[in-house]
Amino acid sequence: MPTASTYTYDVLVIGAGGAGLRAAIEAANAGVSVGLICKSLLGKAHTVMAEGGMAAALANNDDRDNWKVHFADTMRGGQYINNWRMAEIHAKEAPDRVRELEGWGAVFDRTRDGRINQRNFGGHRYPRLAHVGDRTGLELIRTLQDHTIYLGVTVHMEHTVIELLLDGGRAAGAVGYDRERGRFHIFAAKTVILATGGAGRAYKITSNSWEGTGDGHALAYRAGAELMDMEFIQFHPTGMVWPPSVRGILVTEGVRGEGGVLRNREGRRFMFDDIPDNYKPQTASDAEEGWRYTQGDKSARRPPELLTRDHVARCINREVKAGRGSPHGGVFLDIAWIKEKLPNAEEHIKRKLPSMYHQFKELADLDITKEPMEVGPTTHYIMGGIRVDADSQMSTVPGLFAAGECASGINGANRLGGNSLSDLIVFGKRAGEYASQYARANGQPRIDEGAADRAIAQSLAPFDRGAEGENPYNVQQDLQDAMQRLVGIVRNEAEMREALGRIRDFNERAARLGAEGHREYHSGWHTSIDVRNLLSVSEAITLSALERKESRGGHFREDYPEKAAEFGTFNIVVKQARDGSMQVSRVPIPPMPGDLKQAIEEQKT
Amino acid sequence: MKDRATFRIWRTQQGGGGGFRDYTTAVSDGMVVLDAVHRIQAEQAPDLAVRWNCKAGKCGSCSAEVNGRPRLMCMTRLSQVNLDEPVTLEPMRAFPPIKDLVTDVSWNFAVKKGIRKITPRTPDAPDGTFRVAQRDVDRIQEFRKCIECFLCQDVCHVLREHKKFDEFIGPRFFVYAAQLEMNPIDAADRIPDMKEKAGIGYCNITKCCTKVCPEHIHITDNAIIPLKERVVSRFYDPVTRLLHMLR
Repeated sequence: MPTASTYTYDVLVIGAGGAGLRAAIEAANAGVSVGLICKSLLGKAHTVMAEGGMAAALANNDDRDNWKVHFADTMRGGQYINNWRMAEIHAKEAPDRVRELEGWGAVFDRTRDGRINQRNFGGHRYPRLAHVGDRTGLELIRTLQDHTIYLGVTVHMEHTVIELLLDGGRAAGAVGYDRERGRFHIFAAKTVILATGGAGRAYKITSNSWEGTGDGHALAYRAGAELMDMEFIQFHPTGMVWPPSVRGILVTEGVRGEGGVLRNREGRRFMFDDIPDNYKPQTASDAEEGWRYTQGDKSARRPPELLTRDHVARCINREVKAGRGSPHGGVFLDIAWIKEKLPNAEEHIKRKLPSMYHQFKELADLDITKEPMEVGPTTHYIMGGIRVDADSQMSTVPGLFAAGECASGINGANRLGGNSLSDLIVFGKRAGEYASQYARANGQPRIDEGAADRAIAQSLAPFDRGAEGENPYNVQQDLQDAMQRLVGIVRNEAEMREALGRIRDFNERAARLGAEGHREYHSGWHTSIDVRNLLSVSEAITLSALERKESRGGHFREDYPEKAAEFGTFNIVVKQARDGSMQVSRVPIPPMPGDLKQAIEEQKT
Repeated sequence: MKDRATFRIWRTQQGGGGGFRDYTTAVSDGMVVLDAVHRIQAEQAPDLAVRWNCKAGKCGSCSAEVNGRPRLMCMTRLSQVNLDEPVTLEPMRAFPPIKDLVTDVSWNFAVKKGIRKITPRTPDAPDGTFRVAQRDVDRIQEFRKCIECFLCQDVCHVLREHKKFDEFIGPRFFVYAAQLEMNPIDAADRIPDMKEKAGIGYCNITKCCTKVCPEHIHITDNAIIPLKERVVSRFYDPVTRLLHMLR
């Protein structure tokens, strides 16, 4: 077998963002041996990009908040097709998960009485996001990283997993390679936790880094697990649009939380023009009330800029398409205007939004304390992912767990800002806990060396074709163009059928990819492996989106622009059929217990 | 702005050594150095090795030396460099090369493990939470902005020229240690380690680290000098020494 080494663990965690690190911590504390694989260096995962904060009903800034309100907000944001049990667990456990971070070294912004400060965010009824300026993700990942390194977890940095290994249908480990030398390694494990994050690289305009290629989604799918809710992609309303090279990079919702407003080229605050009925009672009636809300006035209602992300993204899309956009095809996001309201606005903005100030100053040569930013929607997050058991996070494959963005359920049709970071720590912890239990209760599985050899041979095939093969970057770019154009913010049947045809073509081209030279840190070769995963994920997104003939949350169809009650009763699930094709089915949502129903009803006023 | 520019990129050879190779590629307004590297990678050199992630100055992966200066490639706009001459791109020279622009920074991860971790004092409230004023964390929040790009380590002459990797932890980890030392909830003592193990005495405050920090952390003034002062007052101040002896 052409592998350099075999490592053996009780729990193998794939991915070292917030969820993977939190899972590794929990497993290590449970006393089992833990291996942690990350595609980049430790501490560089996409979690660092999270800006606004982590949602938890600590009620530090508003004592009316509690888990029930958070639960109801999450369900409404998800348009009620969330896994309600996950939403419940998340709302109940997030406060403890946030609090324990302080003892691990996290330094949150403080309230006047010295507690963790919480900010307002879209879709959250009360100020709920524990934060550190606009770099909360960095704080989270660094805290977890610095906690993990003292726990005896073995970290394999810059390793990529190419296939999961199974033993009689049960997870048995993984095979992967190290980027540095291109050597293959076997990771034998009693349980595997996938925490690989998102798949934003399936789209052209995205806030995701090169790592977001849906690896966990595709690995789990190929191992026989089910993927759920794949039609729901979150297009964050505010990404940078200029200069072209930074198109898609995130502009935090925190800008709007601090009083930033959206305007079209005519200077109109267009968000006031289209407020969905179910949010009307909680939305400000004029600009003045919206401003008071952002300044912590508890009697004021939130400005329409803080409506859910899917809605804001579509409104921006509409303005741009109607020719009312900004010069580079976005709209204006203005925080500088608050100088009319605050005497020390410039300092205030720099203190509250330091990385945004920095990002625009250095990348766009623009001073956000003086001028409006240009922003437009960017592919940000995938609500869909591996279908898991709410309590344990185990997938439909025994011994295979998933947590964080690559798992599905908590967010339903749309995720609220701030629920992602708390999702990572709540369900990362649970995955680590239950995976450790599973590892203790089960023996070491057998490694299928034949399967590992086949996976290795397949991944090396591009070198056999060398320069004669297709350039993997070209296939990736063509796929991104097609998904952006055909399965983007606004979808329809004909375009998605066209996308399926394109994906078939890309699959054929992907079978002919070439790579030249040696395997050491070879980006082209790495891309050829990513492309395969992106293609599976893109197909899953498209097939699921075709199946959902309605508009809900992050999924909007111009041929079915309304929400349909019938579609609120099930989730869409894809699974690999015996013949290797992708099978789509509808899985009914179990009835919600009375107390949770009541929690939702109480918040509908 | 010119529409084409040449990049003189360090390419390693398998087995050791390496040299510069010129690549000319299309450039446009608003591009950063990393964009040019990506374009070269996609069109001319698919095996060109470069680390990157966020492309927004937040992850600290794409550290390199641009025209000899330690920089994040994603935050270096082409409008800031002279495109009339080839732009040289090299890996960080303080660390062992892996391939092309990628270096082996694993030493940094090993060093961190040697620093005493946070040891929280008794919480202030029965629910296990702390009460800490914002003004008491302002200064450590500056340190926690660090993105671990290791440019400060790359430029520090104690490491770069004198190779004191076994005796000196470098600016990044003085920032890390200072952040822990000044954390109002931490109860551990790292001052003896700063003197004995971290080699803080080697730093002669030339502030090179501060100059290259992409997060504009005042590494020397706010982290290293206060730590040096604590070491001095603990070990060299006669009154404090006497008090310690009497304790």
